[in-house]
Amino acid sequence: MKIEMKSISKSFYGVQVLKKVDFTLENAEIHALMGENGAGKSTLLKILTGVYKRDEGTILVDGVEKVYNHPIEAEKDGIVFIHQELNILPNLTVLENLFLGKEIKNSLGVINKKKMEEKAKTALKTLNVNFPLDMLAGELSVGKQQMIEIAKALLVDAKLIIMDEPTAALTEQETSLLFNVIRDLQAKGVSFIYISHRMEEIFEVCDVISILRDGVHVMNKKISETDFDEVVRSMVGREIGDRFPKLTNTPEENSRLEVENLTKKGLFENVSFYVKKGEILGVSGLMGAGRTELAHAIFGSLKYDSGTTKINGEKVKIKSPIDAKNHGIAFITEDRKSEGLILDFSIEDNILLADANHLSKFGVLKQSNIEKRVNELIKKINIKTNTSKQPVKSLSGGNQQKVVFAKWLQTKPDILILDEPTRGVDVGAKKEIYNIIIDLASQGVSVILISSDLPEVISLSNRVMVMHEGKIGGILQKEDATQENIMKIATGGN
Amino acid sequence: MKALDIRKHGSLIGLLILTIIITSMNPNFLSTTNLLNVLLQVSVNALISFGMLFVILTGGIDLSVGAILALSSAITADLIVQGYPPFVAMGAGLLCGAIFGVVNGLVITKGKIQPFIATLATMTIFRGLTLVYTNGNPISGLSPEETVFSFVGKGDILSIPVPVIIFLIVFTILMFVLGKTTFGRYTYAIGGNEDATKLAGINVDRVKIMIYTLSGLLAALAGIILTSRLDSAQSTAGVGYELDAIAAVVLGGTSLAGGRGRITGTLIGILILGVINNGLNMLDVSSFYQNVVKGSVILLAILLDRKDK
Repeated sequence: MKIEMKSISKSFYGVQVLKKVDFTLENAEIHALMGENGAGKSTLLKILTGVYKRDEGTILVDGVEKVYNHPIEAEKDGIVFIHQELNILPNLTVLENLFLGKEIKNSLGVINKKKMEEKAKTALKTLNVNFPLDMLAGELSVGKQQMIEIAKALLVDAKLIIMDEPTAALTEQETSLLFNVIRDLQAKGVSFIYISHRMEEIFEVCDVISILRDGVHVMNKKISETDFDEVVRSMVGREIGDRFPKLTNTPEENSRLEVENLTKKGLFENVSFYVKKGEILGVSGLMGAGRTELAHAIFGSLKYDSGTTKINGEKVKIKSPIDAKNHGIAFITEDRKSEGLILDFSIEDNILLADANHLSKFGVLKQSNIEKRVNELIKKINIKTNTSKQPVKSLSGGNQQKVVFAKWLQTKPDILILDEPTRGVDVGAKKEIYNIIIDLASQGVSVILISSDLPEVISLSNRVMVMHEGKIGGILQKEDATQENIMKIATGGN
Repeated sequence: MKALDIRKHGSLIGLLILTIIITSMNPNFLSTTNLLNVLLQVSVNALISFGMLFVILTGGIDLSVGAILALSSAITADLIVQGYPPFVAMGAGLLCGAIFGVVNGLVITKGKIQPFIATLATMTIFRGLTLVYTNGNPISGLSPEETVFSFVGKGDILSIPVPVIIFLIVFTILMFVLGKTTFGRYTYAIGGNEDATKLAGINVDRVKIMIYTLSGLLAALAGIILTSRLDSAQSTAGVGYELDAIAAVVLGGTSLAGGRGRITGTLIGILILGVINNGLNMLDVSSFYQNVVKGSVILLAILLDRKDK
């Protein structure tokens, strides 16, 4: 399928997110679409598939002008969007998922299971995968669920498949299987638009790369004619220099937070560590090592069985986030959408949430103070918006994360716990977040940085604590904190 | 923001259309006397609806308001009959309403029971207690002479009925609370994302208990006004009032999922229901048909509301 999008523009809340974008996709092409969060990638594709209406521009599909008002119309023409959050119903079987809403029925309206099974088998065979059709989809791995999505696309005769971060939750093996499937389908004439933040994959599987920056199509090249550096430069629009800023904080002698023998059966056991004033303590470990749960226990949002917490040498009882906040602890959780933000709220209201007391008197909000303070914070941590009244759900991932930071900076914390603070955040915003973290530590804030990104945790930490199956496997000084050493401890090979 | 504005105007436009239709059929509808009459008729439902709005904004529901109204009315009426001063009797009624609200709040937050189930149960309990307390008999003969108690329901100031003045004062205070205070902000926050609100270190349980308390208190206030107007407390008073309140809140554009809605919308919702009742009476429509019309208007409003989005 050939797609030509010409001079597409779109604005939200007075902010132009797409500026006369031209985008051409050739038949049987695998086309990478890259850009920072908020560059306009998903808006462009939502316009193509009829989720949003464009303000101006035309779209030609195989040379014919088209206007889709709904994704179903685009799907009828063979354009299928596979979202990052897969659209699989875990309580239905594989077969039921494959034919959801498109069940094959006889003239009496009774479902013809046999025919559906035949078609399903053919589709799975095309993909070179094989699993029982009567299995519940929820019991399959994410990689296999992804295959169901692709099979669904084949069943509607997809000619263009759009994939948003398809490998985010896949193992290496599943990823290479996925790439094989993509190449097979390409050979059969299917086109792909492939969105990913993972540079290596783009160079492995894509033919052509397009980059959007601030709503403008800034680069369109064959993948063989470009390289890693050029791609990053085009995305960010400037030299970002080193990926990680230099650590400029100097931890003081006294420890601010001490945790002793913290235990929650089945999650973590006898965890003891300390963080000094102005120190960044990295926390590394495999998924399920108990890092997030430990953070919640320290913050009072998870009940633990035994152990003590001391702040500035004094024993404290933290039984709820309220206690934690009163003791100067802030916690930026892993999942900003479900735990960090109120999506319907404006930037201002989200920032106010954790500490409205300093901006109100007898419970009455002081509007002029609020605006001044909020605008200060927006400026300080560079949230890209033209009004503090903008709903956070319309912000990009990186900007949303900055709002969560602003919310907790407003409480002026002494201890800041960060759980995967840069997940789903683009290169440029990542660096800004790193600078905020180092800046805070330089001002004496004690930071606990939980991260699965090894280079990140190594570069940003004064010490790295490695967890393995709920226990502390080891605490490494900066000079010993190499990827090899961390992985050795994290996998239990001490 | 845009969607919200359209919604706000949607119910306002509905109210205007209704007014125009009814006025064209009976011009007396727009007389000052009748308009004040409409306001007087809606005052009881208005007070309950304002409390219900707070509850619904948190994503909850309070089915017990009608029963709280009946029980606190009975208590107030009984104390008056026993010869207590009106202020004491009314104060006791309000206090009881607030306590019943606290009970709701505690069951929901500490007992971790869904608001629907929790208040369905307490509704049954409060209604039962009313029957026990009154033996099923009405308590009447409350104000043979003029007292503060009769003034609350039947008096007027500058020819504006006192119940109307009360509900407008409550409206103004609550509009301020929702828009300008931390408590109002937390109310919306809980409905928007309860987990995030908890993790922001906000005492969600306390805010919820306060909201159910407010709902109980306003139901009791509504009960006192109703009892004063009718000069008697009935054990069956307020049956179905919770549904009228929910209808008014929803008509006013508030999402039952919580987090979104305005008190001005609720006021418009209340007025729509009031105008329908009053208008159909003026047009001599049988009360049997009135419910059909009321239900249809609610459905229509919700359908239009969805189209706006």
